[in-house]
Amino acid sequence: MGAIRLEKVKKTFGTLDVIPGVDLDINDGEFVVFVGPSGCGKSTLLRLIAGLEDVTDGKILINGVDVANEAPAKRGLSMVFQSYALYPHMTVYNNIAFGLKMAGESKAVIDEKVQNAAKILNLTDYLERRPGALSGGQRQRVAIGRAIVRNPAAFLFDEPLSNLDAALRVNMRLEITGLHQELKTTMIYVTHDQVEAMTMADKIVVLQAGRVEQVGKPMDLYNNPANKFVAGFIGSPKMNFIGGDYAKKHDCHEIGIRPEHVAVSTESGDLPATVKIAEHLGAETYLHVNAGGFGPMTVRATGEVPLGEHDKIWLTPEQDRIHRFDANGIALGKL
Amino acid sequence: MSTRSSTLTGRIMSAPSIIALFLWMIVPLGMTIYFSFLRYNLLSPGMEEWVGTLNYEFFLTDPAFFASLANTLLLVGSVLVITVIGGVLLGLMLDQPIFGRGILRLLVIAPFFIMPTVNALVWKNLLMHPVSGMFAWIANSLGFQSIDWFSEAPLTAIIIMVSWQWLPFAVLILLTALQSLDRDQKEAAQMDGAGPVSIFFYITLPHLSRAITVVVLIETIFLLTVFAEIFVTTGGGPGLATTNIAFLVYTQALLQYDVGGASAGGIVAVVLANIVAIFLIRLIGKNLDR
Repeated sequence: MGAIRLEKVKKTFGTLDVIPGVDLDINDGEFVVFVGPSGCGKSTLLRLIAGLEDVTDGKILINGVDVANEAPAKRGLSMVFQSYALYPHMTVYNNIAFGLKMAGESKAVIDEKVQNAAKILNLTDYLERRPGALSGGQRQRVAIGRAIVRNPAAFLFDEPLSNLDAALRVNMRLEITGLHQELKTTMIYVTHDQVEAMTMADKIVVLQAGRVEQVGKPMDLYNNPANKFVAGFIGSPKMNFIGGDYAKKHDCHEIGIRPEHVAVSTESGDLPATVKIAEHLGAETYLHVNAGGFGPMTVRATGEVPLGEHDKIWLTPEQDRIHRFDANGIALGKL
Repeated sequence: MSTRSSTLTGRIMSAPSIIALFLWMIVPLGMTIYFSFLRYNLLSPGMEEWVGTLNYEFFLTDPAFFASLANTLLLVGSVLVITVIGGVLLGLMLDQPIFGRGILRLLVIAPFFIMPTVNALVWKNLLMHPVSGMFAWIANSLGFQSIDWFSEAPLTAIIIMVSWQWLPFAVLILLTALQSLDRDQKEAAQMDGAGPVSIFFYITLPHLSRAITVVVLIETIFLLTVFAEIFVTTGGGPGLATTNIAFLVYTQALLQYDVGGASAGGIVAVVLANIVAIFLIRLIGKNLDR
């Protein structure tokens, strides 16, 4: 059980408002991802929930109980740190067992739980090693193991994959998602990588400057971003924004169109453009084009496209995929 | 990667300094060993003659030798315990964001920059003096009798002075080690439910083991040869109460003018220092291999 509710949670460092006031509901068993650019307060928010930072104001309810002034250990949460934060002088076994030992569990119980966690995480052969003798992925798993054994109300992950190389990151992403399906425990996951957010989350919380910009399912954020910031942050490559007359035609200040929602033609279309750089990835091609008065745009074409520098093309945004924004960057809804 | 020729070049290039260092070490050592087998007294010049191991026999069977050996070990051991424990505690305090931390750090480090003779004079005349010292004044104003440190508890007095001198060194090393402790580790332990005491014993202290090893090894090297503090305050007395090996060698050489006996004592001190070093490296040196 791990339903978490934040009510007007506020954090100030001196005169600096890091989190001006956040309200958020996290349901039991949900995989929630906090995403945002660096410095947006997502890690601070996680640390507030963990109890590693004191809230300036507001309530943090875990299963209906306000824990805002409780010590971290009393909250029944486990955290996986970006640096893993393994205890270097302890074996893997003792690292995983430490929390149980502190909780005063008996040796037999500790052993059972540690062996069990090790089995889930494929660490059985490494239990007697020190963290220094493990690879990045194994360390990551030890950190997760340490979190699992305490049987927490919720897991907190603070950018756990950012120290891994690209291939391992994809693997661990799947492992963590699999773990969530297996344990069905609430997980809060902080990342700056929107791909991780899109692929793992049940619910994404997009943060900017300590404010929640939008909360929703990944595809909701993708299809109906509440504002220009969310529109630009979710989705890769980034959404194109076009102002001026073309936007006026759609009765708004600015329109946004995702690179994958622009049809490319060599003969006719809405906007004339010149290819500057073509990135051929095989399955798809990213065209970085100069669309005359509309400025630079990115366009994604499926498959191999025989286009290169200086080629003249025509672009046609899919009309029902156009996002409209007012002068303040707030989404206006589709036409 | 070193090829055979670059290794050879390296050896040739570094040879002069290695040879110089070797001579620097071996000539005094060789002369000391040579003198230790002579009857060589400055009061009877020109009478030097080969006496074999007689100097060693005299030195090692001298009751003063055992007394000073015990004093040496007691002095080194006590100062190590005081500086390591005090250093950890002071380091922990200075690692906290307390008011006036910068000035406090400076004050804690200061004693290390005071030369041992001055240190001893300050303690002898201003603090521990039975009539005009501050400790005596405090004792008197509280209605107690003042302690004459250098006749009632001479070795304790020396231990206090030397500890005061070496505490900053321990603090300096241990504080830097504390500052290198990953904050995440402490937070992870906090999440795991460890209180401040558990964090200290399970996280902080193991993290400090290496720095403590360094402190113990380096301090031991210098503490085996404590001299100035003894010379300035007690002169090795009363009796032999504060004579350590270094001071004993000094009394042999310069008070009894017995160069041969002093040389033998010096060699014995070298051997003892090596025994202590081997013992220490065996005991705690494995902490350095990480």
